[in-house]
Amino acid sequence: MHIPRQWRTRDQRLSLMGEVCPKCGVKLFPPRDVCPECSGPAKEPFALSGRGAVYSYSTVYHAPEGYESYVPYTVALVRLEEGPMVTAQLTDVDKEQVAIGMPVEMVTRKIAEDGEDGAILYGYKFRPALEAGAAC
Amino acid sequence: MRQVSIIGIGQTKVDEHWDKSFRDLGVDAVLAAIQDAGSPPVEALYLGNMLAGQLTGQEHTAALVADYAGYRGIEALRVEAACAAGSSAFRVGYMAVASGLIDVAVVVGVEKMTDMLGNEVTAALASAADADYEVMHGVSFVALNALLMRRYMYEHQVERAAFANFAINAHRNAMNNPNAMFHAPLTEAAFGKARMIADPVSLLDSAPICDGAAAAVICPTARAREFSAHPVHVRASAVATDSLALHDRKDLLFLQAGRLSAQKAYAQAGAGPEDMDLFELHDAFTIMSALSLEAAGFAPRGQGVRLAQEGEIFLGGRIPISTMGGLKGRGHPVGATGMYQIVELAQQLRGEAGKNQVDCRLGMAQNIGGSGGTIITHIFESAD
Repeated sequence: MHIPRQWRTRDQRLSLMGEVCPKCGVKLFPPRDVCPECSGPAKEPFALSGRGAVYSYSTVYHAPEGYESYVPYTVALVRLEEGPMVTAQLTDVDKEQVAIGMPVEMVTRKIAEDGEDGAILYGYKFRPALEAGAAC
Repeated sequence: MRQVSIIGIGQTKVDEHWDKSFRDLGVDAVLAAIQDAGSPPVEALYLGNMLAGQLTGQEHTAALVADYAGYRGIEALRVEAACAAGSSAFRVGYMAVASGLIDVAVVVGVEKMTDMLGNEVTAALASAADADYEVMHGVSFVALNALLMRRYMYEHQVERAAFANFAINAHRNAMNNPNAMFHAPLTEAAFGKARMIADPVSLLDSAPICDGAAAAVICPTARAREFSAHPVHVRASAVATDSLALHDRKDLLFLQAGRLSAQKAYAQAGAGPEDMDLFELHDAFTIMSALSLEAAGFAPRGQGVRLAQEGEIFLGGRIPISTMGGLKGRGHPVGATGMYQIVELAQQLRGEAGKNQVDCRLGMAQNIGGSGGTIITHIFESAD
């Protein structure tokens, strides 16, 4: 990912910064400024907790260019406890132990490298929740 | 609004065409369709393509193909909607002719994928998804379909083997299509043992990377008999959209854009799913076949896979699908696929499908962009 794009998305990648709709209260991630529920403006920042549960998952054996050295890795849809769903990799877990419904929490990890001279891309991944009762 | 008909069709074989370039493929299909239509006065060319910029380093493809086909000077535009590029170009051609602005147009879908390495093509295909919030995490396009398939299997309590007949049917039908990429039957045992690309999606759940081009010539129905002894009438043309990202869907396991475009198409045609004699759906992955059957109203939610298990999707079944091999057996040159679906429906409705001929009057095609962000439905009727 090129440096200006990395910079633009830093609050989302590093702290799950989303938005909340002031009219209908729905939490949004990623931010989109227009509420998909009521079509009104939704520009109020809202940081998500990073706690959620695995909604679906897949272990990738054939990676796109730039991700080949990480295979096999497991990607998931994670339903956050505030409502939004995010796509992310799972980490700190054996692929055989992943299950739908598994409680997870956000951590910051390296996602990819942009060649020898490029910037390292950091962002959110999810690991099995360390605290009991983190599921939603 | 004028009624519109297809008066000519053409296609290249779907294959790894080492000896043919992007423009060669496009020109071959365009000239074949124009010849089939009896060389009418073509005023415009609409080209569907997804990946020429990324895989060939060539944008501006519509003017290029028009020029090389001998039509320098005419109106020529490219239309893009990821894997739905082919039928999005047909939609634009349909609007041009129906509106009265253009009388005779040629629509072509072209894709050249095999000049690049597999991981480069995988990265290019992923650009159909949300670049900042899906692709950034190393999610391939196969993995997005795997997320759908895993959740479908979980919610509807079905095993992976339940999807086998989607792939087996496609390969069986491709056997009799000389333009198909694969001419080898597929067994249930082979499907069961296939290696995983992104589990639970295996190699044999997935359509292949390949090259191809398919084209159709269209004109007002009132003039169709001037050019063709067996025109095929467009009865419906409808596009609908959904979120690009799977994680933004309200209901992950329902293709809302498939339902919306099918409903619009049924209303235009004054028909319903029960009136369709065949359905060329977007079987890029077996899970997409199940979801497409459900969204278009051929099966209740969670029951799309049953139509495969019970053989209702076979040539003699209640709703034959992928009748010339589909994306899995004929091949999936992504931006050309929508036009292959339409050309094959025209073959069926003209009675030119050979051993795979379905007794048909009405047929439907549904072309899916990305994981369902754009879904385009067309319905065609035989003139005979």
